[in-house]
Amino acid sequence: MKHPDEEALIAYHDGKLTGGDGGDDNDALQREAVALHLKECPECKGELDRIDAVLAALDSMAVPDPGEDYGQRVWKQIAPRLPQKQRRWWQFGANKQEAGSASAWSGLFEPRRWFEPQRLATLAAVAALVVVAFLTGRHVGPPKPIADAANVRERVLTLAVGEHLGRSEMVLVELANAGPENGSGAKQVNIASEQRRAEDLLEENRLYRQTALEQGDTALASVLDELERVLLDVAHSPQQLSVAQLETIRERIAAKGILFKVRVVGQELQQRGASAQPSPGESQAAKIERKKT
Amino acid sequence: MNRMRQSVEVIGDSDAIAIERTLAGDRDAFRVLVERHSQSVFRLAYRMTGNQHDAEEVVQEAFLRAYQKLEQFAEKANFGTWVYRIAANYAIDRMRQRKSEDSQRAPAAARGVEEGAAELDLMSMVPDAAPSPERLAQSTQLAAHMRRALIELTPAERTAFVMRHWGGSGIEEIAAALESSSSAAKNTVFRAVQKLRQALGPFVEQRGQARAMGTEL
Repeated sequence: MKHPDEEALIAYHDGKLTGGDGGDDNDALQREAVALHLKECPECKGELDRIDAVLAALDSMAVPDPGEDYGQRVWKQIAPRLPQKQRRWWQFGANKQEAGSASAWSGLFEPRRWFEPQRLATLAAVAALVVVAFLTGRHVGPPKPIADAANVRERVLTLAVGEHLGRSEMVLVELANAGPENGSGAKQVNIASEQRRAEDLLEENRLYRQTALEQGDTALASVLDELERVLLDVAHSPQQLSVAQLETIRERIAAKGILFKVRVVGQELQQRGASAQPSPGESQAAKIERKKT
Repeated sequence: MNRMRQSVEVIGDSDAIAIERTLAGDRDAFRVLVERHSQSVFRLAYRMTGNQHDAEEVVQEAFLRAYQKLEQFAEKANFGTWVYRIAANYAIDRMRQRKSEDSQRAPAAARGVEEGAAELDLMSMVPDAAPSPERLAQSTQLAAHMRRALIELTPAERTAFVMRHWGGSGIEEIAAALESSSSAAKNTVFRAVQKLRQALGPFVEQRGQARAMGTEL
């Protein structure tokens, strides 16, 4: 056999690790042929060793340990965003063991339990509510247009993002003004307080950025993304920075003009959230203004 | 070996029970799955994205998506593998998004250098307890080269390599994550290894020679 090329040697290495998964009979034959060749050819054996060495070196690359309680933390972060799943119709009352953990309402849909006294009471209450709602509707007439739930949600979110940007601005301003303690002669600057706040802000920032993206507000998402990088820099820096290191962080903040963007967008959102619900025209104008920023 | 296989089966069984209960409306049952698989998904995500912040975002998003799509999960499949693939897909999206944002802000090449420099900056700031400065310098230098070599792979190459080499994923699984054919996925793994070899080969050899001569501390 002639010398196997690099691709064949990499495939051979890969096959050693995975037991040849993803290969067909031809691959198996090729692996056997390479194995035989390697026994006789020190040159190719050396080449394979060099491939092994690079991949083994990569294995030594450290992955940070997120901590034993990481799974619990992930759950804590995502649980509020998980909607309750509706039981499938065939599951209602199908498994008594499950009934204890599933919603207590599920039993309502189990015909044989409808006539239990407490079920009858619940059904009667629901029926009474329906009648009252019907009569109220007749006397009161059609409802006046009011801000619907989506608008209210948007306003709350607008306010929250505005406040978040306000808090972020404060951290950035404090960093911009940080320096060694007067008269101490110290060459180190302690940014522990700014760092803790940056860590807290990071999590919020990520959620707001994702929400902005989902809502198609790419301008806001872009500002939040730039802010996230700066917060990340701060959060991952040591607590004690040399003046030069602090200057590097300041330069990064200045180069992106992030402080200005955060200030303008934050103020605009806070005003919009605090004022009465804007008309669609105003809302659109505000978005255009933000895009300019 | 048998004990290991048994424990994998037990986990698989209890995963199946947790999925069934989640689908039956018991939201808290999903917690078992999150707590059990978060660490391995984090390792994948970190190796794909190259930083802890993005990796944590990938983990959260992967479990959110898994919950939303749980009805589509085939009962006989392995939940760990399935959520792994979801995470890989999201990590690819995130890397592409970062790349396009970067290219909008600055020329790609300049950005690459800046990012690499930022990574190095951060790494050099991290205090290390290792007593030998020379050894620290060597390992830090190699780690920086490895990180940079991985960053310079395309998202598809990095995904394919990480899934295959560290995740032990099958070629079919990688092909599904990359939305490509099996042969294309196999080629992507090969290209990734080839590029990593070109980038790291000289440093690894240098270290090997230093070890052989006993000059590595």
